[in-house]
Amino acid sequence: MEPLDIDLEEGELELPSEPMHLNLGPSHPAMHGTVRIVLELSGESISKADVQIGYLHRGFEKMCERGTWTQVFPYVDRLNYVSPMLNNVGYALAVEKLCGLVVPDRCQWYRMALGELARMSDHLTCTGAMAMELGAFTPFLWAIKAREMIWDILEEETGARLTHSFGRIGGMAKPPTPAFKELVRGTVPRVLQLMNECEKMLLKNRIFLDRLENVGIISGKDAIALGWTGPCLRASGVDYDVRKAHPYLKYDEVDFDVPLGKKGDTLDRFLVRVEELQQCGRILSQICDRMPDDGPVNCDDPRYVLPEKQDVYTTIEATIQHFKLVMEGAKIPKGEVYSYTEGGNGELGFYLVSDGSGTPYRVRIRPPCFQITNGLSRLITGRMLSDIIPIFGSINMIGGECDH
Amino acid sequence: MSEAALSRLKERFGAAILETSSFLGDDTAVVDAARWKEIALFLRDDSKLSFDMPIDLCGVDYPERLPRMEVVLHVYSTSLRHRLRMKARVGDDEMNGAEIDSLVPVWSGVEWLERETYDMSGVTFRGHPDLRRILMYPEFEGHPLRKDYAANRTQPLIPYRTEEEAGVPLEKLAPFGPDEGMSFGRRPHLPHSEN
Repeated sequence: MEPLDIDLEEGELELPSEPMHLNLGPSHPAMHGTVRIVLELSGESISKADVQIGYLHRGFEKMCERGTWTQVFPYVDRLNYVSPMLNNVGYALAVEKLCGLVVPDRCQWYRMALGELARMSDHLTCTGAMAMELGAFTPFLWAIKAREMIWDILEEETGARLTHSFGRIGGMAKPPTPAFKELVRGTVPRVLQLMNECEKMLLKNRIFLDRLENVGIISGKDAIALGWTGPCLRASGVDYDVRKAHPYLKYDEVDFDVPLGKKGDTLDRFLVRVEELQQCGRILSQICDRMPDDGPVNCDDPRYVLPEKQDVYTTIEATIQHFKLVMEGAKIPKGEVYSYTEGGNGELGFYLVSDGSGTPYRVRIRPPCFQITNGLSRLITGRMLSDIIPIFGSINMIGGECDH
Repeated sequence: MSEAALSRLKERFGAAILETSSFLGDDTAVVDAARWKEIALFLRDDSKLSFDMPIDLCGVDYPERLPRMEVVLHVYSTSLRHRLRMKARVGDDEMNGAEIDSLVPVWSGVEWLERETYDMSGVTFRGHPDLRRILMYPEFEGHPLRKDYAANRTQPLIPYRTEEEAGVPLEKLAPFGPDEGMSFGRRPHLPHSEN
């Protein structure tokens, strides 16, 4: 190519510029949650970013200190509102750890099954929404269609599509319906098939790949120091999954793999979630084979578990027990405990302090995406404005959980 | 599991470890607030502990105790797979002197956790790079997770309307009039006037 005939000095080529401030959010169609990012831009690249959360703060921890231990279940539904069942199970396990209760086998398998279904709905939403934010609308509709199938099962089981409030201290609200296994066996392959189609559409699309590859890289060491857990941490190559590292329920008896990423970029985070969906399918089919069809679901412990409705109406003892459990709440032994499970986004922890009464003294939740969102400003600083959308989509911030 | 960690801490810091306990598999060390950061550094760097991941940090208020506020830190080691809870107690009954060293230089992930503890419980972290409220708005007064903050207290940024301003009595209205809302028991294909 011929050189330009005008001779310009280097300094003159630079246009004078000053940093521009931009508010992204709190309510922005391309953002994954209600969050505000105050940006300082130089051209199109980000020189400073301040991520501000709290728009969905509802005083969860304060509210928990006002009711009984059982009344916390509806609140935990609304933390991660894409996979509420995982929160229900996590909280129930935390209280049971404090009481020293172990639920019957059938209930453990049932909780695992419902939890894995919720995890699938979480990953489907995240991957689908992420594709939509990058302009691929069809995969989003397919993923939501698949999620709808899962929610149909959950609706059949619990009566509610989203806010199930289905966990109880020492069991579940209801035993599994007779058709549960059949529903799961029939639905899960269809969900995975839909996801395979989404995957085919997206992972051969150059535009989609270019926006994800090598964007938002975080090393395993940095991710650990930030307290990242879940798919985002595993995408950076750190093998930490609570289900494998510290098995709870029956996770040590099922066979599944923990997918790991190599680079820790946005594409890895996407792929880890896609692969985890397949693993959820594997776990669910093993659960269907091994979950007993009969047997008790709730613990037989009148201090914590409500009596059978039939007995409440016919015997005075059960009526009194029911009345005391509802009005005063189950008395949880004095002490404090930290219990952790694998939520949709990572380690979901509950730190509970009990003073021995029917009301929690302190309920502290450790929402996985709070820590992950903490690392967001580090990931986007120095990148282009358009990179925020895939990076933010891939960390899957859920406002209700992050903002308590 | 990490009772070995507790004895290692006691061996190294002696009197600065005020209490230790193990309950239901959770190991707890209550430490001297003045040496908080030093102990945290040891937890991270010692090869037999190597707690590399900050899990959680929060405040728990005990108004009848002195010092009043408990700062509770949970850490995890991804290599050794053990956990520890470390606590320090700060603040008198009016929460004066509720200060503790920031752990941001030790684990970068505690930055937001410390902001949250400051916001919710009112503990000041010395040396924190950016100690602002995080969940509440800047104009908010007080710290909602203290036990003396009334749970029904509201602090609206824009004052609620009075009846005078509204011009109508401010009472709760029934959600639906007779001709609107759910169509149970009505024939929706007919116009309302014929119902």
